[in-house]
Amino acid sequence: METLTKENIHTITATDEQPVVIEHPLECEAPNDQIARETWTSNLKYAVVGILFGIVFVKAEIISWYRIQEMFRLHSFHMYGVIGTAVIVGMISVWLIKKFNVKTLQGEKVVFHTKEFHWGNVFGALLFGLGWAITGACPGPLFAQIGSGFLVVTVTLISAIAGTWVYGFLREKLPH
Amino acid sequence: MLEAIRQPWPWYVAGALIGLTVPALLLLGNKHFGISSSLRHICAACFPAKIPFFQYDWRREVWNLFFVGGVLIGGFVATQFLSNPEPIRVAEKTVEELQQLNIQTDSQLMPASIFSIENLLTLKGLVFFVIGGFLVGFGTRYAGGCTSGHSIMGLSTLQWPSLVATCCFMAGGFLMVHLIFPWLMQLF
Repeated sequence: METLTKENIHTITATDEQPVVIEHPLECEAPNDQIARETWTSNLKYAVVGILFGIVFVKAEIISWYRIQEMFRLHSFHMYGVIGTAVIVGMISVWLIKKFNVKTLQGEKVVFHTKEFHWGNVFGALLFGLGWAITGACPGPLFAQIGSGFLVVTVTLISAIAGTWVYGFLREKLPH
Repeated sequence: MLEAIRQPWPWYVAGALIGLTVPALLLLGNKHFGISSSLRHICAACFPAKIPFFQYDWRREVWNLFFVGGVLIGGFVATQFLSNPEPIRVAEKTVEELQQLNIQTDSQLMPASIFSIENLLTLKGLVFFVIGGFLVGFGTRYAGGCTSGHSIMGLSTLQWPSLVATCCFMAGGFLMVHLIFPWLMQLF
């Protein structure tokens, strides 16, 4: 792509033999680091993970506006327990992957990135926190709420997409 | 078995399963867990408007859209086939405090007095859907991630900027619930 700058291009040593250049979107927290191209059908496995994830969201009532209110009012341990357990399980998994050099299904080395601090981690995070308490949802639960039949949340989702777009539009002018 | 699944799942079951999403995505295809990126890919795919931030090969990142599509279907499946017949149990103190703000606690996961179609074109709808959603989309992108990208993936890989972001997510939420809400709810 012609608009790519050096910032977008990560050289990763994904195989033991040779470094491979992968183009990422600028500052993407959830990049695709797989060297092999995904096809339409190979992407379906992520939909399956998403379905299971969405079921957990509903069954543990994480998508509930009340649970988020309880969390910010310190009246229930539920959400703290969910997030805390998820972090611990995630941490142990990452440690095991690194320790035993576990490869992906395609036999590629798992890639990790180091995040650089910028002031958006503070200002943006505060703004998201305000929105989280109003909507009772972070981006994941927004999708699950719509699936659960709260169709009005579609408006919230469209507004969130608009918010993301406005960030992209104003990005150069915002303090980072 | 089905009876047990229909009950609300305890935090340790949900937490463990959500935590396992991290290695699942990494091992299925070197994908990093982070949901707010999906909002950006939708912008890049539908209205990039020559903005540099949206100029990238979104097709390469399309797995994220498959993932959130799955989350939506999962929400449908859980609600249609596995839902708890009992009304939701909310902490008594929260019920009381919401009552003081004129928000009735009902049996569904979301209060009908706020999240109903009738409120769409009202001031309440503007605040809870439009402004709330905008803050979620703008804030997560500015922060470089959301609860999944920072709080779960970021903390799992011991990134200190993610710890800063997580603390600020919480601070923003506390600020809204304790300082802004009492004032805001007087508008309705």
